[in-house]
Amino acid sequence: MADQHQNADNSGAYLIRGASILGGAAGDILIRDGVIAARGRQLDADGAGVRDATVIDAAGLVALPGMVDIHTHLREPGREDAETVETGTRAAALGGYTAVHAMANSTPVADTAGVVEQVLTLGRTAGWVDVRPVGAVTVGLAGEQLAELGAMADSRAHVRVFSDDGICVHDPVLMRRALEYVKAFDGVVAQHAQEPRLTAGAQMNEGEVSAVLGLAGWPAVAEESIIARDVLLAQHVGSRLHVCHVSTAGSVEIIRWAKSRGVNVTAEVTPHHLWLTDELARSYDPVYKVNPPLRTDADVQALRAALADGTIDVVGTDHAPHPSEHKECEWAQAAMGMTGLETALSVVQHTMIETGLMGWEDFARVTSTAPAAIGRVQDQGRPLEAGEPANVILVDPAARWTVDPSKMATMGRNSPFAGRELPGKVVATFFKGHPTVLDGKLNTPYRWPAEALDAGPAGRRP
Amino acid sequence: MRHLLSTEDLSLHNAIRILDTAEEMAAVGEREVKKLPALRGRTVVNLFFEDSTRTRISFEAAAKRLSADVINFAAKGSSVSKGESLKDTAQTLAAMGADAVVIRHWASGAPHRLAATDWIDAAVINAGDGTHEHPTQALLDAFTMRRHWSKLAGTPSAGADLKGMRVAIAGDVLHSRVARSNVWLLRTLGAEVTLVAPPTLLPIGVEKWPCAVSFDLDETLAQGVDAMMMLRVQGERMNASFFPTTREYSRRWGFDDNRLRALDSLGLKDTIIMHPGPMNRGLEISAAAADSPRSTVLAQVRNGVSVRMAALYLLLSGENREPAVAPVSAPASASAAASAAHAAIPNLTYSHQESH
Repeated sequence: MADQHQNADNSGAYLIRGASILGGAAGDILIRDGVIAARGRQLDADGAGVRDATVIDAAGLVALPGMVDIHTHLREPGREDAETVETGTRAAALGGYTAVHAMANSTPVADTAGVVEQVLTLGRTAGWVDVRPVGAVTVGLAGEQLAELGAMADSRAHVRVFSDDGICVHDPVLMRRALEYVKAFDGVVAQHAQEPRLTAGAQMNEGEVSAVLGLAGWPAVAEESIIARDVLLAQHVGSRLHVCHVSTAGSVEIIRWAKSRGVNVTAEVTPHHLWLTDELARSYDPVYKVNPPLRTDADVQALRAALADGTIDVVGTDHAPHPSEHKECEWAQAAMGMTGLETALSVVQHTMIETGLMGWEDFARVTSTAPAAIGRVQDQGRPLEAGEPANVILVDPAARWTVDPSKMATMGRNSPFAGRELPGKVVATFFKGHPTVLDGKLNTPYRWPAEALDAGPAGRRP
Repeated sequence: MRHLLSTEDLSLHNAIRILDTAEEMAAVGEREVKKLPALRGRTVVNLFFEDSTRTRISFEAAAKRLSADVINFAAKGSSVSKGESLKDTAQTLAAMGADAVVIRHWASGAPHRLAATDWIDAAVINAGDGTHEHPTQALLDAFTMRRHWSKLAGTPSAGADLKGMRVAIAGDVLHSRVARSNVWLLRTLGAEVTLVAPPTLLPIGVEKWPCAVSFDLDETLAQGVDAMMMLRVQGERMNASFFPTTREYSRRWGFDDNRLRALDSLGLKDTIIMHPGPMNRGLEISAAAADSPRSTVLAQVRNGVSVRMAALYLLLSGENREPAVAPVSAPASASAAASAAHAAIPNLTYSHQESH
């Protein structure tokens, strides 16, 4: 059912019949010309604007706003052997995403207007999701000198999220300045909280398991001490702080405390930190090597509770594809990171919804509304109401599937969930009213208007 | 037993089986002709990614005494230093028909990777991996302790464990694979272990280990110790602030002459002093202690060959393997399936006779 639905102006019409809206009552959604044209019960099939629509029977499916990933590594430019914007965004669409924030640690680093515009153009050329480039905080992620944050903010990429992710902005003065400076354009600094001296050579969570395995420990305090410092800095200068991939129970306590004091801080947790623990390192299989590392079960439970009660605002995948040779080696030699775009929904369903901690409305908040708000992505994370942009997904919560990394759209085969049976499957993804995924399979990309693809001198022309 | 990767998951049965087989091997070592044909036609690769002449020649001697073909593969000056991966190296060795790989690696868990992946289908023996484990060292230490403990009790070593023996292990536990392997194996054998170290050189999580922990060597000695094992301490640790100076380390945690004398005044006349080597004389152990009659340092080296012979023999001729020497020893090897420990003995005895 591929191309037949796609007109040159993405003006297809779709009538979603009987989907459970945000997990609640069943209803119909009419998508036309990129927006939700109508919502209601039993929309008249012969009514105006409905007659020519493709009907999708969504009985038993849950309709949700398209997911927004605040933390994705697309690897392009520079590491196209690991992932490209094309493959990474295909994976995103299949995973239920309509927007992803592409982290800045590419080669070259996304620390100039030229690079972020290039990433923006690559994303639009691919057309699977909205690719929102993240700008580096410091030149070359070196932690020494501020990158041209304003130029990236003013560029066509409209960067609002700045991060040296992968590396901590550990210099307290530089962090303070970055937090202050981004206020000029309503930006946010997304911090990778890792005290570098306490984690030199670190391989896994420091604790009982690392003691036995003889792997250098990554202590919780190295994360918590930076978060504590940063929330105090954010309070002092009145700035917006986002904490990437919170992984410890202690971090949760600090963020809870900061929020109670009115600090403008948001926090993210990855799907893998909601489920997996450092016990998996006993296999020495580097597919479980990630930064921050997998922690203990007590941490997992604290993170789940924090996501449920709003202390942690969003789920971010930290999707980090690596070529197989970077994982088929000794643990200490292996790259850190896991893929996540195509398993996030299922893992959150398993850990948060099927445990009774959250409902689908909460799911929409932590995977769409809140991350869109952090990234200032205006047309995403919107209510499923008439007149809103049609970024909508349909999920079959009763589906069960077994993770097979070799069948994924991402080039990365490093899924820690390989072989596990997961609940929930994305049946359809509508991006700007166009179905990028139908029947659980990739359909066709959204076609951006020609002027949106104009990359300027730094970008790649379609 | 398919591989020998750690002592943490080594059962009491298998531990005693290795130690008992090592006793048989030691007996062979005392004969005029020290060579057995047990592993004739088998290929043992010593794959060393880290310099360790002592461990390598010990394994080499063990394999050669069992008549195996030995290939030494040192990472330095090989394709490994040109960037070849562990996977490619393992597959290369597999293609050459290695039956056993003895691997020493600076990365914790590297032997587990070889054993768990399909890169190579050979028996894997961990000859020391990073700061994780060094199981044959712990086995040779236990072998040395068991001989001492049995002699004191006036009972034979064979079949014995170490119940009631008090063992203190002092030094850089944090970075020591020897300490880890010893803690697990000694627990399995029933000994009471106390780790003695500066708090900076103990891992976070050590409180969950099956042993006591002390920061005070004198107090530990005063409570009574049957075997005192000193671990090598790298002087460079001083630069990373693990301790202020090597002098202070020696005073507080080294086995110096005062502590050697203290053994006598405490009435610990049978306490042995152990060290896995190489020693830093004057740092963690004084020359007088290292050279005293209590020292088992050279016996440990000697026992290392016997224990490694036992490990190679059991892995390559054990229950999962076809017998190396088919002809007349076949019945003995067949019974190995039922009880390799006992089967090993007639098989070896026969082989020894044949080697004449």
